[in-house]
Amino acid sequence: MTTLSHSLPAAHDSAPVELLRRRLPWALLALLAVAFGLVPWLGNDYWLNAILIPFLVLSLAGLGLNLLTGYTGQTSVGAAGFMAVGAFATYGLLLRVPGLPLPLALAGGGAIAAGVGFLFGIPSNRIKGFYLMVTTLAAQFFLEWVFTKFPWFYNYASSGTISAPRLEVFGHDLHSPTGRYLLTLSCVVLLTWVAVNLVRSQTGRNWMAIRDMDTAAAVIGIPVDRYKRLAFAVSSFYLGVAGALWAFAYLGTASAGSFDINRSFQILFIIIIGGMGSIAGNFVGAAFISLLPLLLNYAGQNLLGGSVDAGQLQNLQKIIFGVLIIAFLIKEPEGLIRLLGNLRERLARWPLRF
Amino acid sequence: MRKSLRRSIAGALLALGASSALPVTAQAAANEQFFPLATYRVGAYASSGIPVWAGMIDYLRYINEVEGGINGVKLVWQECETEWTAEKGIECYERFKNGLNGAPVAVYQPNGAPAAYALADKAAADKIPLITLGYGRTEATDGSVFPYNFPVMLTFYSEASAVVNYIAEREGGFDKLKGKKIATVYHDSAYGRETQGPLALLAEKYGFENLQIPVADPGNEQSAQWRQVRQAKPDWVFLRTWGVSTPVAIKTAARFGFPVERIVGDIWASSDEDVLPAGEAGKGYLALTPYPGGAGFEIHRKIKEHILDKGKSDLKDPKSFGSVYYNSGLVNAAIAVEAIRAGQAKFGQRPLTGDEGRWGLEHLNVDEARLKAIGFAGLMQPLRLSCSDHEGGGAAKVQQWDGAKWNLLTDWVQADRQTLRPLIEAKAAAYAKEKGVTPRDCRAEQ
Amino acid sequence: MTFFLETLIGGLLAGTMYSLVAIGFVLIYKASGVFNFAQGAMLLFAALTFVSLQEQGLPFALALLLTVAVMALGAIAIERAVLRPLVNRSQITLFMATLGLSFVIEGLAQGLMGAQVRALDLGIDDVPLFIGEVMVSQFDLVAAATAAVLVTVLALLFNSTRIGVSLRAVADDTRAALSVGIDLNRIWQIVWAAAGIVGLVAGLLWGARQGVQFSLSLVVLKALPVLIIGGFTSIGGAIVGGLIVGAAENLAEVYIGAHIGGGITPWFAYVLALAFLYIRPAGLFGERAIERV
Repeated sequence: MTTLSHSLPAAHDSAPVELLRRRLPWALLALLAVAFGLVPWLGNDYWLNAILIPFLVLSLAGLGLNLLTGYTGQTSVGAAGFMAVGAFATYGLLLRVPGLPLPLALAGGGAIAAGVGFLFGIPSNRIKGFYLMVTTLAAQFFLEWVFTKFPWFYNYASSGTISAPRLEVFGHDLHSPTGRYLLTLSCVVLLTWVAVNLVRSQTGRNWMAIRDMDTAAAVIGIPVDRYKRLAFAVSSFYLGVAGALWAFAYLGTASAGSFDINRSFQILFIIIIGGMGSIAGNFVGAAFISLLPLLLNYAGQNLLGGSVDAGQLQNLQKIIFGVLIIAFLIKEPEGLIRLLGNLRERLARWPLRF
Repeated sequence: MRKSLRRSIAGALLALGASSALPVTAQAAANEQFFPLATYRVGAYASSGIPVWAGMIDYLRYINEVEGGINGVKLVWQECETEWTAEKGIECYERFKNGLNGAPVAVYQPNGAPAAYALADKAAADKIPLITLGYGRTEATDGSVFPYNFPVMLTFYSEASAVVNYIAEREGGFDKLKGKKIATVYHDSAYGRETQGPLALLAEKYGFENLQIPVADPGNEQSAQWRQVRQAKPDWVFLRTWGVSTPVAIKTAARFGFPVERIVGDIWASSDEDVLPAGEAGKGYLALTPYPGGAGFEIHRKIKEHILDKGKSDLKDPKSFGSVYYNSGLVNAAIAVEAIRAGQAKFGQRPLTGDEGRWGLEHLNVDEARLKAIGFAGLMQPLRLSCSDHEGGGAAKVQQWDGAKWNLLTDWVQADRQTLRPLIEAKAAAYAKEKGVTPRDCRAEQ
Repeated sequence: MTFFLETLIGGLLAGTMYSLVAIGFVLIYKASGVFNFAQGAMLLFAALTFVSLQEQGLPFALALLLTVAVMALGAIAIERAVLRPLVNRSQITLFMATLGLSFVIEGLAQGLMGAQVRALDLGIDDVPLFIGEVMVSQFDLVAAATAAVLVTVLALLFNSTRIGVSLRAVADDTRAALSVGIDLNRIWQIVWAAAGIVGLVAGLLWGARQGVQFSLSLVVLKALPVLIIGGFTSIGGAIVGGLIVGAAENLAEVYIGAHIGGGITPWFAYVLALAFLYIRPAGLFGERAIERV
């Protein structure tokens, strides 16, 4: 079964998550045990609130975008717009449907986002490649406008923000940092498992065929339009849930401005740097994007603080960030996950060279 | 050879970075009060922010070096870049809320509307008061529902009322407002829309026509909006923009022939940095501000003598000394310092915690005599806060740009806070209902 | 009726400002197939350099010349550091690289020249002129004239000079151009320098309109619908696209926007571009891509 897979580039199909599971299932289980058991117990407010939760939510968002751009090849720069739909939809459901449990509200928000994604995916049957980016930008700006303009969405609050409703599951109150962390972690683990199975199924293979050459895919009988729209819908579902978690589990409040074009670019960076067409790559990419600025900030403060003006330090960090992005794109187009894979292989053979 | 060198350098950098991420165990700070500085020095709004931080840091340094701290308690501060976003604002707050090396946080200034909204609930849970000077939730004026949220000195509602009062003064009385047209060109965001409520109320009360014209972010191109203004021919325009939309608005108004002397800018469209790019078109522009521009106040003389001339100022561009944003930094820092002083009067002359800072803020009473003593006479209005009134002031001055500097046209124009109070209380009650918050009884706490 | 004419003419003229930005994109895309998101940052950098030099006391012409030199040097650096290592990569990778490049350029711009807003005075008064009853802006007319001059110069460049013809050859078929002996790297350097100069002109005009500061780099988001409608590879298309987008945006804001709440300018141009893409997937003047299995 796996003997002929050398014809496909390994990074696209076999994420290290799968390899781990096939060869070393206990490593994955250990990771999950640490994440669920040890971290809430050890973690302090700062680590949970400001580092782990955003990292998890961004990985989920990256996963959603990866399904569309990395696996199906449809370039999308509108990820944040769909996140906004999910956030506002979940808020609306929790506000207006009394007694709706949180998991159902999240799923409902995701479903509404999936519907919107489906609509904006309809042009993809005629518009391809780079031009599709424009469609998604239209979605981004339009959705941002809708959630600013119509007060119904944020319950007529004068600040234009939606704030977290009561977060509780089966009677447990989740608004503490640990509670929110566990909520986010459970969602991410569940949806990642679904995504892994999705890309290994016929659906995933069809998506990858469309990505590689959609004319040929149509020739061999894959209903290209239907799968493209399905990709948009599923991707938007993931993005919607990620948006709801971003708004409620991380920030506590959100407005249309939290989901602007910079957020879309941020998520696109995550999948480019992490590795398009790879599930584990999203986690690596999200770690890079969310942690690197912090690391640079701390390093700057502790190494150079006082001698270099704070504003210049910020500009320096921006330059370093840009340079690192370009360097990664040059060095390894298939993303960090490929780099890490190479490193692992090199370690496995050490001290031999090849 | 080259590869291994590269690798070892990479490894060293990583290790350095990782080690610097660990908490630095420095000298324990006994008897110091921590002032977190959430700043924005990069991004679209950096040009507005940089003079503000300079004002704050200069005043804090002045207190430390010239006055020996607040009753002997020295101040220590650290900056954290927020880029005016919510998530960086949260990260900075989480980093700072437990203090620095043992020096506690008494008050926190989020310095940015997105961060202010995001932190409101967190700060209340952590019992740290937020000071949002001239922005933030207007309904937090009602401290019974928002014990840890302080929109000190001037909220957007008061600003709207102050503008109407000034226009009435110019027109010759409130009865002359009937039948006049006031157009509001606003930045299409929560910030811009905040004044729609009070203006509608006041329009009904005084009989003027209230026109609202939105400008989409960031506001580079406003021909369509000002063409509509030209079509409508209002008597006055209230400019509620921020960032680049302000100079573009002023220039576009000139292009469409609308007299700039009839445009009144709000407090976030009222600094030198907003009018300078408009060049010639800005001459005659009016602006509302609770911290007028100018370097002639007593505190400026003191800071010039002890800080600026000695090269210790945070300002890189000395031309900004005395700009409206620089002065706002001075006022911001002064309010925090006075609040801590008030708290120390009750709790003792030591560093205060968040809850004690809140007490200090709610009992803040800066009268004319005190203003004169600290050198802020004319620069800051008298403030008196309480449990039910977290704003405490509600007045602004109107200044006019002459191409090189601001000239004050009025003294303190007071907002009609009585009329607006029912609106604020209604919004606060709605918030309390939505969140299930039981309001405090302010009378009992007196 | 006057109001409609005014809106229309004002919109058309505003559109030429968009076209100026779009031309820079077209140049680079034509020759190297890269959608250069850093064009906005280059615009900002050019305008800031010019203003800083002027502040130091240099006369207008000298400051202009020096800025052109700086942009040319920058172009060479970019070609060496970013384009050459990324040759043959996918379009999205190149786009992402230019996104990273925009961070670098913005950081450098603010780091070297400061974040405060600066006024840019080109000596053109932005006062209204009256043609009959219709009001037009003097500044807009100057901008339109500049755009016309720029397009003529570029047309001359492409058709009559050796470099221009080489550029067209590279745009047409890169491998054939290589086999004929055209130095690809040199061509790319020249194209990026040219785009930088076009960016300078656009940056000066936009900077005079709104002051030179950070959000100048956001005009790139307005250029994208212009490129879609006009086609990525045609300069004439950039002009026509700009006119259409400018006019449509202004008319829509006044006539449609008033009914649905206003402030529709961020997305209207994009929705218009979307509609165009449905009818003509390659834009009005762009080249249709032929897919082979």
